[in-house]
Amino acid sequence: MDSLEVLVAQVQALSGSTDDLLHLHGLLKQLDDSLQQQQQHHQAIQQCLLQLDPAKHSLGFLYFLDAFGSADISMDQSESFISTSATFINASSVDQVRMAPEKFTNVCKRMRDETIRVQRPIRAISPLHIAIRKLQPSSEYLTPLHADLLQICLLAKCYKAALSVLDDDIFEIDQKKTGLTPKDFLLFCYYGGMAYVGLKRFEKALELFQHAVTAPAFVLNAIVVESYKKYVLVSLIQNGQVPNLPKYTPSVTQRNVKSCAPDYVEFASVYSTRNIGDLKRSILAHEEVFQKDNNLGLAKQVVSSLYKRNIQRLTQTFLTLSLQDIAETVQLESPKDAELHILQMIQKGEIHAIINQKDGMVSFLEDPEQYKTRDIAQQLHGQIQKIIGLAKKIRFADEQVSCDLAYLSKIGRDRPNYDPEEFEVVPQKGFTNL
Amino acid sequence: MESVSDSGPGATEQLDVDAYASLYTGRTRIVRLFFIADHTKSPSLELDALRMAFKEIKKGENTALFKEVVEKIGERLGPSFLLEQDWIDSVDRRAAQRLEKLEMELNGYKTNLIKESIRMGYNDLGEFHYARGDLQQAFKCYVRTRDYCTTSKHIIAMCLNVILVSIELGHFVHVSNYVSKAEQTPDVQDPAILAKLRCAAGLASLESKKYKLAARKFVETNFELGSSFSEVIAPQDVATYGGLCALASFDRSELKSKVIDNITFRNFLELMPEVRELIHDFYASRYASCLGCLQKLKPNLLLDIHLYDHVETLYEQIRHKALIQYTNPFISVDLNTMANAFTTTVAGLEKELAALIMENQIQARIDSHNKILYARHADQRNTTFQRVLQTGSEFQRDTRAMLLRANLTRQDFIVRATKKQTP
Repeated sequence: MDSLEVLVAQVQALSGSTDDLLHLHGLLKQLDDSLQQQQQHHQAIQQCLLQLDPAKHSLGFLYFLDAFGSADISMDQSESFISTSATFINASSVDQVRMAPEKFTNVCKRMRDETIRVQRPIRAISPLHIAIRKLQPSSEYLTPLHADLLQICLLAKCYKAALSVLDDDIFEIDQKKTGLTPKDFLLFCYYGGMAYVGLKRFEKALELFQHAVTAPAFVLNAIVVESYKKYVLVSLIQNGQVPNLPKYTPSVTQRNVKSCAPDYVEFASVYSTRNIGDLKRSILAHEEVFQKDNNLGLAKQVVSSLYKRNIQRLTQTFLTLSLQDIAETVQLESPKDAELHILQMIQKGEIHAIINQKDGMVSFLEDPEQYKTRDIAQQLHGQIQKIIGLAKKIRFADEQVSCDLAYLSKIGRDRPNYDPEEFEVVPQKGFTNL
Repeated sequence: MESVSDSGPGATEQLDVDAYASLYTGRTRIVRLFFIADHTKSPSLELDALRMAFKEIKKGENTALFKEVVEKIGERLGPSFLLEQDWIDSVDRRAAQRLEKLEMELNGYKTNLIKESIRMGYNDLGEFHYARGDLQQAFKCYVRTRDYCTTSKHIIAMCLNVILVSIELGHFVHVSNYVSKAEQTPDVQDPAILAKLRCAAGLASLESKKYKLAARKFVETNFELGSSFSEVIAPQDVATYGGLCALASFDRSELKSKVIDNITFRNFLELMPEVRELIHDFYASRYASCLGCLQKLKPNLLLDIHLYDHVETLYEQIRHKALIQYTNPFISVDLNTMANAFTTTVAGLEKELAALIMENQIQARIDSHNKILYARHADQRNTTFQRVLQTGSEFQRDTRAMLLRANLTRQDFIVRATKKQTP
């Protein structure tokens, strides 16, 4: 008990300058084990927490809070834990928190678990969001909390809330600053993809799933396999086909991932025949697997995307076509169904057409977009700016690599007597041999 | 097929076997007759073919084929076409003696190491096996002469022999190999030999479904060919194969420059007036008569040993070409008129056109309500905008992925087995 009080006093005294904080951090690290052993004394720790100011004494507060969280928490204590953590996350000082990213992540994860336990995941969204911002050196950094926030958003079905972090492009991976692990990265891609699927932004979802599938790996990971399954289905919805995995996919994934998801591969091959009947049969045949993987809903969206795609193909071929003929070609049950489908597609802007109910004919029109509005010009400008930004990043990365010690020493080793002229000769030789 | 008379559609049904067979010599004559007998639906034609084959085989010494033909005939042609065991036995006996003698001679040459004689010995042995119908052995013997060839003439002879046997065996990969070998041999001047090589190359391309290449080879064939290659192909065949492949694969300008204005190939076409008319009809856009003519030719083409497999594909391609060419110059086409020109129904035509449009072979769209086909002129400005936007977003996506991956790799962020993973 006394030791705790001494510690509290030290925290209060040493939360001023940077040097003091470093000293305090060392102290806290030494005492961490004994703090963890205070598990039984919840009361005592809570008492200490009350004496500390989350904003001024963030580092010390964090260690106490972590000790609080690492013990078993009863149902009624969990309420106080959640609110204390939320207040702490809100008020804590960024500089102090970043000194112990692992501890901070631990506390946040614990809070996430508690909100799930009390079945109020929505409560964790806002604190986690703030926590991510406090942990990130810039919005391009990925933190271990990203995946947690996305998971919470999925559980709370607040997909829009996920956008606030998803819309930042993630480039920077830094283990030291954020305490990130490869698993966190995979989970981020997986949950992020799912959130985008929930928002029906399939293109972005595909991008994230592809990150997960192509992440560097020596062994096959369950998250990668699940991401691949979703990748297949979302590819079908978005593009109507599953592209080959990119060249840079790790070979272990390249070789094995398909055999881990045979049902999906077969489903995709049925899709490529464009036959609705076959596809429906296939979905029935694999229903159990899809259901087990929680992908049945997505699979059903794949089927409706085939209707859409088949109708879109007709617009390439015909100027006018009767509803009857459409129903036949697309294998819809009746002209009425065809009309409904086309109506929905017109509303969503997926095709441009006019339905003539009197004759039962549909006239397909050309895309009215003429690409001469200000909007288009602005859109183009925006895209170009983005690309210029990316180009800068590439140049920066290139410079970094060419100054990288490991890279330079490797290059030097492979080519001991580096001679520019000799370097020129190599490709030419290959060329003449052709 | 070369004897189609113009006396009405019924006349095309019956092939004049005598005239047909007289175009060929050697083994191919028998094999072609067999092929006709196997594939025709008319029993009288079948028996005609078999009768001729029987007589032809009797002239040679291929007893295996003799047994086969007798078995095929059964007893349908009366007592003079039954199995003659005496003949078989005597031929077999003589053949065995001859084989022994040839092998002995060859061994003698081999011990004396006289290159030219060894070559001759193998050649004789090859010819013997070929006549007896053992194509595999013949092929081996001919290939072996290769090591003993001393002049380019020998090499050419070897190549031609191998090509002949390979065609009979149906090994068309060998055919094209040896054609290129022969063509690489210096100072091949004889136009007849060049023509033979062209034909063989054409056949090989035809079999591997490279119709455009086949058309080129046939069209380039020199008329000096005459009947000198009758153990493989008749000049009439060159006209038919070349003409059909050209129709199926050449575009309009190629058709004009390489076929219609080609003086050498015109000589071949004179032998097959039907094919000539066909090509001219096609070029002059008289599709109804062209397609009608094709239909008339079809039954006989189906009896051709080399073309048989490809008739359907070639016909389909020719039809597609005709449809594409018909629509090409118009902004709008009335489907009724077009259906008349192709002697088909509007509904059928619509399906065919739709399929071609989906394959992007015709740039047009169908007004199914008014039955009119409208040409579609892609707005280049719009497509460029679309492409630019799409390429831009793809580039951004790929670059982002690349940067992220580069960072992952730099941080050594690799999914490993759980044991090694840092907690």
